[in-house]
Amino acid sequence: MTTTAADTRAPSPAPSNGPDRPRPPRRRTRAADRGFNRAFRYLATSAGTLILIALAAVAGFLLWQSWPALTSSGSEIASKVSFFQGQSSLASYLGPLIFGTLLAAAVALAVATPLAIGIALFTSHYAPRRLASLLGWVIDLLAAIPSVVYGLWGALVLAPTIQPVWQWVSNVLGWIPLFKGPAADPARVLLTVSLVLAVMILPIITAVSREVFLQTPKLHEEAALALGATRWEMIRTAVLPFGRSGVVSAAMLGLGRALGETMAVVMILSPGLTYSFALLLAGKQQTIAANIALKYPEANSLGMSTLMATGLALFVITMVVNMASRWVVGRRKEFSGAN
Amino acid sequence: MSTPDGGTRPAPTDSGPRPSTPTTPTPKKDDPAMAQRIDVKDLNIYYGDFLAVEGVTMTIEPRSVTAFIGPSGCGKSTFLRTLNRMHEVIPGASVHGSVEMEGVDLYGADIDPVAVRRQIGMVFQRPNPFPTMSIEENVLAGVRLLNKKISKSDAADLVEASLASANLWNEVKDRLQKPGAGLSGGQQQRLCIARAIAVKPQVLLMDEPCSALDPISTLAIEDLITELKKDYTIVIVTHNMQQAARVSDRTGFFNIAGTGSPGKLIEMDDTGTMFSTPKEKATEDYISGRFG
Repeated sequence: MTTTAADTRAPSPAPSNGPDRPRPPRRRTRAADRGFNRAFRYLATSAGTLILIALAAVAGFLLWQSWPALTSSGSEIASKVSFFQGQSSLASYLGPLIFGTLLAAAVALAVATPLAIGIALFTSHYAPRRLASLLGWVIDLLAAIPSVVYGLWGALVLAPTIQPVWQWVSNVLGWIPLFKGPAADPARVLLTVSLVLAVMILPIITAVSREVFLQTPKLHEEAALALGATRWEMIRTAVLPFGRSGVVSAAMLGLGRALGETMAVVMILSPGLTYSFALLLAGKQQTIAANIALKYPEANSLGMSTLMATGLALFVITMVVNMASRWVVGRRKEFSGAN
Repeated sequence: MSTPDGGTRPAPTDSGPRPSTPTTPTPKKDDPAMAQRIDVKDLNIYYGDFLAVEGVTMTIEPRSVTAFIGPSGCGKSTFLRTLNRMHEVIPGASVHGSVEMEGVDLYGADIDPVAVRRQIGMVFQRPNPFPTMSIEENVLAGVRLLNKKISKSDAADLVEASLASANLWNEVKDRLQKPGAGLSGGQQQRLCIARAIAVKPQVLLMDEPCSALDPISTLAIEDLITELKKDYTIVIVTHNMQQAARVSDRTGFFNIAGTGSPGKLIEMDDTGTMFSTPKEKATEDYISGRFG
């Protein structure tokens, strides 16, 4: 019966049935294939959609929770929320927090990125293989340390130890507003926090950069070497341009972590709500995440809502930073080497 | 000063076979693009402990095209890469023997491989312009590496001269700021040649420069090779025997006895002789397609 069906169908193409109709056994495998294909497509699509839904849900939740604070006047919040005393509006409360968050993360990034690129280049292009893998392993281990441990170490070990260094820095470079002295003792200041944050984001930036550097096409490296480039010149002409977008992505991953880091900041920093660039003075800045963690226990419902509004701001900052980095990466796409 | 070797080559100084070779080999010290002769003696090439190429002795004449042919894996590309010390870039790779350029051993203790590579340029099998650089920046890449402070007008002149020498100027003169990777394969390869000759090397090595190109681009490169041999010593590795016959003055045939045994230079002679009356049976078999 199947053979006759196949025979009769052979001369008549039957366009509406599609090409996979004629031979039954073959159609079976194709159908199974298509079924799996379809299932996988649905799985992939739903995974992708889920992330968008989760993101939208977080944004919606933050907006919903912070709505009371967003719609109340500053004096109204000040009358009901203890930690809001002395603030005229939500913006005047939020501003220094956003400033402190960005400052801490930016300094951390400025410290960590060059260091991470250096380590990544050393492990990918300079170190003997065994040392490189050992070093990579140690760096990865840094990522496994809980942030509360970093906080304890920062507050109990680093802050007292590094105080003389900060004192020296403020003596020598005090004319730069960033390093205005005298350095606080103990050094529960933003620079100490940023240093700890830098150590915390070092592993992710290093690991991603290293992978990108390792993917530099041998062809491009050899092209540079054949032109008479030294190893550093080869890295400058072939490796770094190729890895540029990857390094930016890596730095943004690190920045995301630095922006949101809570415990280490809570435990180290002596907080304050000012727009101060002084990295060595205590009681000047605070970050959003740390502020939420500190104020959360004593917050009433409007206080909660105010904190949620700061959380919403952090959410927006992170998103803007990520979009900005995408833009930076995509700006010179035709030179990226992807084609 | 250059000691004569075994005698597998004709005497270099009296330049009998080819009219293209001037009778005075080192006349113009002021000419930066002076072609130079290379003498290779008893060269053994290793990857780690593995002997890849054994006992190569040959002379490469200035202002001529020398082609290497042979089956895949016979070590001709490996040998080519030893001529500008690119072989040692591979971890574990090493070379024993001597490669002398006008009497100076390129593997001497006081020779910097970076300096060697600046004098002996290389073009690779696949076009490899730097993807993050424009056409102009690609041409200037080598010059910039030399840390030469080069004025804007000099740079523009150099770009034009190099691209013109590579027969590419007319095609790209209106888009010098566009990425080099946006050109066609053949154009990219000519861009790589322009990049290599922009630093005025003395020797140009080409590792199967046409194997990734279509016939028309191949023809363009072959014409270019014929042009360039006026100023440069050119060594080309090719899988294409017709190409070797078309462009080269001398041809070397590399062969390998079997997997795991080292490649050897079987025979080297004037190209006409190699393709008409080779001395070795293996050469004849390979050239006539009766290989294996």
